[in-house]
This record gives sequence, C-alpha cells and structure tokens, in this order.
Amino acid sequence: MTDDLFQAMAQSIIDGEVEDAERLAREALERGIDPLDAINKGFVVGVNYVGDQYAAGEMFLPDLVLAGEAMKAAVAVLEPEIARRGTEREMLGTVVIGTIEGDIHEIGKTLVATMLSTAGFKVYDLGVDVPVTAFVEKAREVNADIVGVSALLTTTMVKQRDVVEALEDAGLRPKVKVMVGGAPVTQGWADEIGADGYSEDAIGAVALAKRLVGAE
Amino acid sequence: MSRKIKSISDPRISLNILSPEDVQRIHTATLDIIESVGVRFPSHKALDIWEAHGATVDRDTMVVKAPGHLIEEALKKAPPVYTLAARDPAQDLPLDGNHVYVGTDGCGVQIIDLETGELRRSRLQDVADIARVSDDVEEIAFIWTPVSAQDYPPHTRSLYEILAIWENTTKHVQTESIYSEEEARAAVEMAAVIAGGKEELRKRPVLSIMQCTTPPLGQDGGSLEAALVAAEAGLPVGFMTMTSCASTAPATLAGNLVVGNAEVISALAMIELAYPGAPVFYAAAQTAMDLRTGGYTGGGPEDFLFGGATNVLADFYNVPLSMGSFATGAKEPNWQAGVDNSLSTLMACISMSDMLLGVGLLHGSRIWSYEQMLLDCEIYDIVYHMMKGIVVDDETLALDVIRAVGPGGNFLAQKHTKKHMRELWVPQFMDRRPYTEWQEKRDGPRDWAREKARQILATHEPEPLDPKVSAELKRIIASLEK
Ligand code: B12
Repeated sequence: MTDDLFQAMAQSIIDGEVEDAERLAREALERGIDPLDAINKGFVVGVNYVGDQYAAGEMFLPDLVLAGEAMKAAVAVLEPEIARRGTEREMLGTVVIGTIEGDIHEIGKTLVATMLSTAGFKVYDLGVDVPVTAFVEKAREVNADIVGVSALLTTTMVKQRDVVEALEDAGLRPKVKVMVGGAPVTQGWADEIGADGYSEDAIGAVALAKRLVGAE
Repeated sequence: MSRKIKSISDPRISLNILSPEDVQRIHTATLDIIESVGVRFPSHKALDIWEAHGATVDRDTMVVKAPGHLIEEALKKAPPVYTLAARDPAQDLPLDGNHVYVGTDGCGVQIIDLETGELRRSRLQDVADIARVSDDVEEIAFIWTPVSAQDYPPHTRSLYEILAIWENTTKHVQTESIYSEEEARAAVEMAAVIAGGKEELRKRPVLSIMQCTTPPLGQDGGSLEAALVAAEAGLPVGFMTMTSCASTAPATLAGNLVVGNAEVISALAMIELAYPGAPVFYAAAQTAMDLRTGGYTGGGPEDFLFGGATNVLADFYNVPLSMGSFATGAKEPNWQAGVDNSLSTLMACISMSDMLLGVGLLHGSRIWSYEQMLLDCEIYDIVYHMMKGIVVDDETLALDVIRAVGPGGNFLAQKHTKKHMRELWVPQFMDRRPYTEWQEKRDGPRDWAREKARQILATHEPEPLDPKVSAELKRIIASLEK
C-alpha cells in the first residue's frame, strides 16, 4: 500500500503535477508516514527519474522546471511535520543567488536557482538588479555556503569582483564560496576576480556547487 | 567618393504569412493584454506620462494598464517615413517602406582576433576596426555598436564606442549600448556636434537608439529614460522585443507575437504620448527557447517565421521595422551559421523589413568574427539578387537570340549575353573552383573572407572626422567622467 503511494508520489513529480504532489503529501501525513520517507522514497525518486530522462534527451527543460515546482509544493506540505518531529531534511548546502545591480537578465539566473533547489540545495533567490551589499547581508543572515552572481552585461560583469571583495571585507571569505556566470563571463574572468568557480550552464552550475560544498 | 550602399528596393517576390484577419486578431489580443494585464514601466518618468494621459498606473508594481484607444491614437502620431542620416549625406537611409538596409550586429562581448585567431575580450580598437571595414563594404548600410569596449569605464563606454564609429565611417550609427539617461544626454550632445547643432540634428539624425523591452510584458527603467531623452532630441528610437517561446512567452508562436507586440507598441505609444510625432521604430528578434538548455537559439524555423511575420505587424502600425536576422547560434562560421543566417535573412527581406540586424556575430550575438561578417554580407548579396525576381518582357524572353542560336550551339558569343551577363550573380566567397585546385590548396570561404578583412583594414582610409569635432566629442565624454 505504502509502495503504491510512494510510486504515485514519484509519478506526480514526473508529470509535474503540483496539485497531485500536494495531495499525496497530505495523504502521507494523514497516514502517519514519516515525511522524510515520503520525500526520499517517494518524491525524490521522481526527481531523479526526470533528471536521468533529461540527461538522456528524452525530457526537456520545462519538464525539469515543472518537476521542481511539484517537488517544492510537496516539501512545503511536509515541512511543518518534519520540524514537529525535530528532524531535518538534509540539504546539500545553502546558496544565495541573484543577478547583479544594473542588470535585469533573469532567465539564466532563475534556471540555475531552480536546478540547484531541485538538486537539493536551499536556495535564496534575490532576483535581479541586486546591490552588492544585499548579497553580503543575505549570505551572513542565512549562513550561506555559496553566493552565486549572474551578470549578462559587460558593464555589470565588473561588479562580480565587488561581490568577492565585499565578502572578503565582511570576513565571510573563504568560508563562503563565490560562483559566477552569464553571457560575457569566462573561466578566465572568474580566475581574475578570485571567484571559486564558473559554469556556462545550469547543469554545470549544479556540479560546480556540489564540488564547492564537497558533496561530490 | 563615398561608398555606394546596396539596399533592396522594388521587391519582386513576396510572402503570404499572416492574413489581414490574423493581424487583426493579434492586434485585438494585444490591446486586450495591455488593458487587462498591463505592462511594467519601472520608471517614474514613464509612469507620469501614462498617468497624465489617463492610463491606470499602479505605483507599487509599476504596471500600466492602458485602454486600446489610447494606444491606437498614440501610434497614429508616429511618422511612417523618415530618414536615418549619415555623416555623408549621400549615405542617408530613407526608411520609406521600400528599402531593406543591413547593419552590423551588436554588442558582442568577445572577438576572434583577426591576426592571431585567438578568442579574447573585445576592446575599443575592435569597435574602430569593425567600423572601418564596414565603411568599405557596400552591403553594410549602417553601423550598430558591434562589440563592447571593455577596456573603457562602464559608465562612459557606450560613448567612446560611438565616437570610435564616427571616426571610422561616414555611415549612420545606431547603438543599443546606451541605457541610462545620463549617457543618452551626452550621446545627444555628441550627435548634435556631428550634425551641426540641435536643430540640424532633428532634421538629420546621425544617431539612432535601440532599446530592449523586458519580456514578458515589461520594460527596463534605464532604457525607457534613455529613449525619452533621445526622442526629445528627435533621434529615432526603437524598442526590440526578444520574447522566447516557452521561457518569456507562450510556447505557441501566435502567443509569442502577442506578448512581444504588447511590449513594443506600449513602449512606442509612450514615446508618442510624450513627444508626438517622434520618429520611432518597431524592433524584434523573437525566438524559441532551446528546449534542452533554455538558451536563446538565434535560429530555427520559429525564428525564420517571426522574421517574416513581424514586418506585417510593423506595417499594420505604419512604422519602420528593425528585424533580427543573422545572429546564428553557431560557434564558428560553419554549416549551421550558413543555414541560420540565410533563412532568417531571406524571410526578413521578403517581407521588406526596413533594417536588418546584423552581420558578424556568432554564438547567439556574443562573439564577433570578421569572417562571419563578410560571409553574412555575401548571404545578403544572394538575397539581394533574389529579390529582383524574374523580369519577363521582350528583352528578357530573348526570342531573337533563341532563334539565332537554334537547337544545339551555345549562347556564349551572343551580344545579348554580353549585355546581360553582369546581371548574373558573381560570388566573392563561394568555392566554385575545380576539385583538384581545392585539393591542392585546401582553403575556402573563411580564409578568403579573413584575407579580405585584413586587406580592407590595411588599405581602406575612411573620410576622417574633423579633429576639432573629435576633440569636442571627447570633451563631452570627459565631462561625464568627473
Ligand atoms: C534574452 C536577452 C535579453 C532579455 C532578457 C529577458 C529576461 N526576462 O531575462 C531582454 C530583452 C530583457 C534583454 C535586455 C537587455 N539586453 Co540582453 N540578451 C538576451 C540574450 C539574447 C539571451 C540571454 C538569455 O536569457 N539566455 C538564456 C539563458 C538560459 O542563458 P544565460 O542567461 O546565459 O544563463 C545561463 C548561463 O550563462 C549560466 N549562468 C547564468 N547566470 C549564472 C550564474 C551563476 C552563478 C552560474 C554558475 C551560471 C550562470 O547558466 C544559465 C543557464 O544555463 C543575450 C545574448 C546571449 N546569447 O546570451 C543578450 C545580451 C546579454 N543582452 C545584451 C544587452 C546589451 C541588453 C540590454 C542592455 C539592451 C538594451 N539597451 O536595452 C538590455 C539590458 C538592460 C539591463 N539593464 O539589464 C547584450 C550584452 C552585450 C554586452 N556587451 O554587454 C547581449 C550579449 C546581446 C547582444 N550581443 O547585444 N536581453
């Protein structure tokens, strides 16, 4: 019986059905199933399947994003119970991400944020046009492991360096790692400004983030 | 003597892509969206303009909801015809609906160095060099700031760029790199020096400004304010939508057109409300998201259809169109670049888009390549010839000549042949040599294009800008640096 429920959970993620995922999460709570089991034996199985299918070229980005949304919705239903039991969902790390001040390019940054959160990071997405100080303050507030800075313009890319320096000045480095990305950004630039990593796409960003927190 | 400009006119082939009913449905849907959902205008100046004209403005979300009649009436004030002026008046570009002009693409972030072949960050000298090559090439009608001068400070960079272009070409200059009010004011001042005063500039706008909209259904505050400054001075201003199916627009093509159209016409309407009669243009480079990476594709059947369809919309609103063509996603000048850039250019030309942007960039408008630039010019040249169509009259039916030659024989020695042969297309870069020659040399179009670019740079001397004017422009830029 529980196996059927777990299977339906995985399927709701694969189908990207937010409402199904929420309903199944509630059902798990009603039946007294450990919410961490619901996540790890149910929903996560779906996430992994979607990831594999995507890697194989059988599923597309919208599948991945919808799966991420469904996952988020399920976890939101389960979270109060996880907290009540005094347990905790194990996350890979905490990431603060945003598009730098003066820059409103959103899509790439949001994709990276979505992929990171689907992969098991706690992600704080600060949006676009984010001042340097906001990255630092948020990183301190949430005790971030990684700060991700997106810049799509050559005029705003230069401020990625300011984020690295401001984190230094705030005494958060080298504990807080910095990763950078966006159209004009290259590995060479990342090295030049003393960032810890660069990735050209969202899949690479996940691998990079895992490496930075020592998860892989 | 100034270089002639090769523009398409009097087209003899046409395209049937959107019926009048289709256009009407797209228009009605667009007005519905602008009125019921609204478009975000994150600038208090822009919101003041809307409010003064009776639109519903939410100061918190900065979303404007405007009734259809307000948009329609504002758009009616836009001039259907005007001219992009050049430093050399012989190179002026009348946007009259009967010309297609090609510009350089912009504003790339890296360049394949012409001498070393190395991929590196772009700098000011590159802007100057590209402008100089463009000055010599007759396919190129105007120069869009092609790459970014990353060796100059971010807040005045865009101004050094247009200065470098003016110093190296007499053709019209357009930029997308100015998106703050302060830079726009300085650019207007610079353009006025070139034109010979503020009033002259209004008559002869030697500079035009392009801004991007922010899909879905938004604008950028800095871009809006820069555009208002330019429009006030009489510089032509365009708004470009880059809506992308499945990411910043619905997955369906018609839905994409509606979202992009709402962004562009709302921005143009705002300019007309502020400065009635200001020259504006519609600009677009819609695409479909790459389903695997989310990337902006810069090619594919959807792009090509948009290239054909959008001019029908711009015509409906009776304003010129600047259409994104070329702009391949390919990493080097190769098969993909050829396919992407040929089809996109063909489609945009058949519907007589007024401006095409533009030649020279690879990797989704990120990497400048001189080889690609000149190969793109050749693609345009092919389309240019196709657009002349097939003329059928006594002279071209050539019955006398056919009779004279009769069955068998050939037409090589006919006077008619000598008279008309130069109407046939002669390639610069297509490889039509014998196989053995190719086998021996193993070179090809890319090598020849590279050689030609090097040769132009080594020999072409553009009509210089008066050093006094140069100095004055530098002074204007310097005043911003304090
Ligand atoms: C779509 C687009 C826009 C859209 C953005 C829509 C939106 N809601 O986000 C709009 C139309 C609004 C826009 C506006 C402008 N744009 Co624009 N835009 C693009 C375009 C074509 C694609 C960007 C994109 O969305 N790609 C798809 C996503 C999935 O890819 P991505 O952003 O690169 O992100 C991936 C990676 O880079 C990486 N990544 C990204 N961020 C991060 C962060 C981290 C930490 C990591 C690890 C990885 C990572 O992973 C992502 C996912 O795979 C690029 C050209 C290009 N090919 O990149 C120009 C481009 C970036 N834009 C450009 C310009 C000039 C502008 C404007 C200034 C134009 C104007 N005058 O109005 C304005 C910006 C105003 C401002 N203040 O910011 C130029 C920049 C040139 C330069 N020299 O700086 C470019 C290069 C195009 C060009 N050559 O002209 N743009």
